[in-house]
Amino acid sequence: MITKIFYAMAMVLLAVSFAKDRKKTRMALKKAWKSFENILPQFLAIIIIIGIMLAVLSPDTISRLLGRESGLLGMIMASIIGSITLIPGFVAFPLASALLKNGAGFMQVAVFISTLMMVGIVTIPVEMKYFGKKATIARNALGFVFSFVIAAFIGVMVG
Amino acid sequence: MIKIAKRYRLFFILAGLNLALLVINPSLGQKSFSITWSNVLEMLSVLPPIFVMLGLLDVWVEREAMIKLMGEKSGIMGPGLAFLLGSAAAGPLYAAFPIAGILLKKGSKLSNVLIFIGAWSTTKIPQLLFEASAMGVDFMMARFVINLPVIALIAYATEKMLSDSDKAQIYKSAEDLQ
Repeated sequence: MITKIFYAMAMVLLAVSFAKDRKKTRMALKKAWKSFENILPQFLAIIIIIGIMLAVLSPDTISRLLGRESGLLGMIMASIIGSITLIPGFVAFPLASALLKNGAGFMQVAVFISTLMMVGIVTIPVEMKYFGKKATIARNALGFVFSFVIAAFIGVMVG
Repeated sequence: MIKIAKRYRLFFILAGLNLALLVINPSLGQKSFSITWSNVLEMLSVLPPIFVMLGLLDVWVEREAMIKLMGEKSGIMGPGLAFLLGSAAAGPLYAAFPIAGILLKKGSKLSNVLIFIGAWSTTKIPQLLFEASAMGVDFMMARFVINLPVIALIAYATEKMLSDSDKAQIYKSAEDLQ
């Protein structure tokens, strides 16, 4: 849905740009292609890593790993799995809700969801290309720590 | 040719690894191939409009305009705009980094760009709607409310940790990447 809106927006903007200045528009498309091709090797590498990782760490495996342990150990396990995997929301949330039904705690599930979104071990090479080593490590480390704060808050509010 | 081979080296190694997996453990290998394939399709469907708009932004939006909107002295507008931009996103987090690169190149404040990244990763609107239906409105709201200050906190803390030369390096590489 949002992607369709983006396509419509891009086409309208492109048409407006073309009507205003053909040369500039051609330059914009050239730049678009160049910045895409520039990052493509990293994108492709990430996608294969995600593929292998999700095949090994399937939703079944994850729910077995997280369903058993509760308490702090479960949270730590959840945070590690959340940090290293990269699962799209439409897979992650049904998985999280299944975890809850199978008896996992709110805090574990929340820490899993938060690290999943904020910490991206797999995407670190791409992130470093744009933000450098220090900022990338700082952002991911802070995201990891704050995932526990967020989980505690959700645990108090909802659990 | 050699240059291309070098840039795509990691990709070829990983693709080879996946092929090896197919031989050693066919069911696992097949599964990872099909996940990879669907992710490639997702990437190819999500990225084109994003990169076209990036190119247009690069050509049409003046650096001065961007500095006014998201630069050092943008006031409350900078973080607010960064947050909205990130929340209106579609696609996986790695698609956000090239956008971050162009925001930096055009003179946005680093902490604002980090807020954009934070919002993209956690408070994407389509994802929030999906979250509410899967986890319940309470869970979604609680996570959203606590994430607002946390995203800002992480952004400002990350910027604080960097020296001026670290920051200069980031802006310089943003210039080189485009």
